[in-house]
Amino acid sequence: MIMAEEDKPDRGEKAKPEELLTIGVSPHIRDADTTARIMGWVIIALLPITFYSIYIGGKSTIIVIAMSILGAAATEVVIQRLRHIPVTIGDLSALLTGLLLALTLPPRIPFWMPLIGGVVAIALGKQVFGGLGHNIFNPALVGRAVLFVSWSKYMTTSWLVHPKAAVVHTAAVKSIDAVTKATPLYTMRLVRQHTLSLSASRYYKPLLFGNPWGCIGEVSALLILVGLAVLLMKRLVDWRIPVCFVGTVMVLSWIIGMDPLFAALSGSLLLGACFMATDYVTNPMTAWGKVIFAVGCGVITVLLRFYSNLPEGVMFAILFMNGMTPLIDRYIRPRPFGYRKAVSEA
Amino acid sequence: MQLAQSIRSLLSVRRGVAPPANKNTASISIEPGPFPETVVIPLQQHVGPPCDPLVKVGDRVLLGQKIGDSEAYVSAPVHASVSGEVTAVREHPHPTGQDVLSVFIQSDGKDEISPDVRPPGDPMEMSPEEIRSLIREGGVVGLGGAAFPTHVKLSPPRDKPIELVIINGAESGPYLTADHRLMVERSVDIISGSLVIKRAVGAQKVIAAIEENKPDAIKSMTEAGREHGIDVVELPSLYPQGAEKTLIDTVNGREVPRGGLPMDVGVIVDNVGTAAAVHDTLYKGMPLIERVVTVSGDGVARGANLRVRLGTTFADVIGFCGGFTGERGKLIMGGPMMGLAQYTAQVPVVKATSGILALRGETLFKGEPPHFTCIRCGRCVSHCPMNLMPYILGSYSDAGMWTQLEDFYVDDCIECGCCAYICPTKNPLVQLIKVGKEGVVRRRQKMRSRMEATSRKE
Repeated sequence: MIMAEEDKPDRGEKAKPEELLTIGVSPHIRDADTTARIMGWVIIALLPITFYSIYIGGKSTIIVIAMSILGAAATEVVIQRLRHIPVTIGDLSALLTGLLLALTLPPRIPFWMPLIGGVVAIALGKQVFGGLGHNIFNPALVGRAVLFVSWSKYMTTSWLVHPKAAVVHTAAVKSIDAVTKATPLYTMRLVRQHTLSLSASRYYKPLLFGNPWGCIGEVSALLILVGLAVLLMKRLVDWRIPVCFVGTVMVLSWIIGMDPLFAALSGSLLLGACFMATDYVTNPMTAWGKVIFAVGCGVITVLLRFYSNLPEGVMFAILFMNGMTPLIDRYIRPRPFGYRKAVSEA
Repeated sequence: MQLAQSIRSLLSVRRGVAPPANKNTASISIEPGPFPETVVIPLQQHVGPPCDPLVKVGDRVLLGQKIGDSEAYVSAPVHASVSGEVTAVREHPHPTGQDVLSVFIQSDGKDEISPDVRPPGDPMEMSPEEIRSLIREGGVVGLGGAAFPTHVKLSPPRDKPIELVIINGAESGPYLTADHRLMVERSVDIISGSLVIKRAVGAQKVIAAIEENKPDAIKSMTEAGREHGIDVVELPSLYPQGAEKTLIDTVNGREVPRGGLPMDVGVIVDNVGTAAAVHDTLYKGMPLIERVVTVSGDGVARGANLRVRLGTTFADVIGFCGGFTGERGKLIMGGPMMGLAQYTAQVPVVKATSGILALRGETLFKGEPPHFTCIRCGRCVSHCPMNLMPYILGSYSDAGMWTQLEDFYVDDCIECGCCAYICPTKNPLVQLIKVGKEGVVRRRQKMRSRMEATSRKE
């Protein structure tokens, strides 16, 4: 049937190009937050601890941070160029990985180590899986783990202050001479094994305000908490992860007979719980999944801290639970609206 | 105080989102809209089969005269919104995107009222059946946007007694202020309409639910409802507060079961505009021929709340408000979260048109990623009012995995848009979910026809 001209529906075909309307599926407005903005805020949350560690550690710390970021960022660009996909350095995630990796490294390691760490973190930790959002393990921790098992001597002794002097200085314990890798946590393990007698509360102050026997990002527990406060206020991370992680470690340490506050402040627990375990990509998507993830991290941390020959357990605990995340996401799902049990049975 | 509040909000499960309200027209009174030369009245403005035309080209029709009706139960007749001559009955673009058979009426400018329009008597003395048939004759459908025929909604089966009628004045969508103004200016009529609804379903109680960001509407509705024992419940301002299921959950903590209707938990929800239309139909005999439409957005010269005759084209309404401004962007029927973007301004205002939103091209969102990219931030999961996992739905839909989509309850999605709105990587999650729902339906059809084929062979 041929329609007369005036019988044809007027679909606005006569509209001039400048009058053409845009179509698209709702919603037509979007939140202002972007990936780059989120990553930027996490970096901002890390700035206090970064600057303080530079103030404490000086040139060597700057070198570690710079090399780590350089390694991470360059690897991201090179791999994406090789894969002929858009270079996403602008989303700041590679920069954040580099910075996070640096914060988990001792300040006095040779300059090539953070560089290798950054390359490994992005290449093996992220890009082999397909880039941001696809990785199973926290990239920064993958980088650190590789450095840790490859050059563990550097990774456990390159502190700012010679351990002997440091512990003697703060604790005034003569028998500490026997200690070679005396981070506060290691010292306290000796205390627990009755090879040393020392009060944990002596360490509160240095751990909170200036701890030279740890990794770059462990110089001040207080500034990590400041960073966490920024993340929570911007609603960037779920409070459940840091709270459940640290809470589990404190309770279990207390049961084992250690000072719980010391357990929370020492080692890389706070840095790991606030900035590593909260990494979006590698923790579960649901609220209860996050709780299980965080409690699992806490339990494994305590097990590794006290019942293995590793000096610290946070890194492997988080990596292990990263591996469990797909499983948790498979089984822990929210109950959809309208699927209340009593109702569906009725 | 502030601290306690922020701590509480930190701990609470936060469903839904709070986009910028942009209720720029909230304080502008409702005014009469354009007087169109020609109206285009689609014969389908409701959920259900379309009406058949009752008039033909050359007929003279009067204001309020029925021009289309259907034998089907789930249907609502349409009426002439001007008096004049029928110039065409043909297909025309409809705001839902299809072409729908529509009646074109050239106005004679006289607005001669049809003799059918007369008050039917006191509705508070009528039986529920009489009320329902008058509501049907008046062509009243849900004016919140769903356009479900009201007489059907008000006919609950005997085994589902209705205790509560909720008059929905949440209007949680950004920009929209039509319901807000209606509550401020016509609260008495809304209350009287809701009493008729209460009578029709035999409910014990009526509650008006209004978001706390409309204090003037709360005040006027409280005053109007006081003598009739109608309480006003203040709702938190959080989109999609006005969605039926969310609303019932907030008002009395009842969860409508999956695939169910509010009547399954003894509740009927009607929009304030619907209540006002019920009042007009039953007390004045005037069928639904006009509705309040919010015109807003940065792409139109002047925002307004207009009483627009059904069948007025969007182009006429925009012209009445000073025309488009800036680069041409989107022209949306409804709000920015769920509204339908139009490809032509020639579409008519229909019963479901709560707002006409013009967004200019310069400020239009254009940042969707070329591929589905998820950083697993979990915001879509924690903000979904239906407790679904939109990121999984999006990625499965992207991969065409229809079976898995069903396992993750894709059918329960209400397409409110919270997930896509909040997504930091700007994935078009609603679009993917819509595609996924289609895929699931296709797959089910294929399964069914295959099963039929096998059984036939046997």
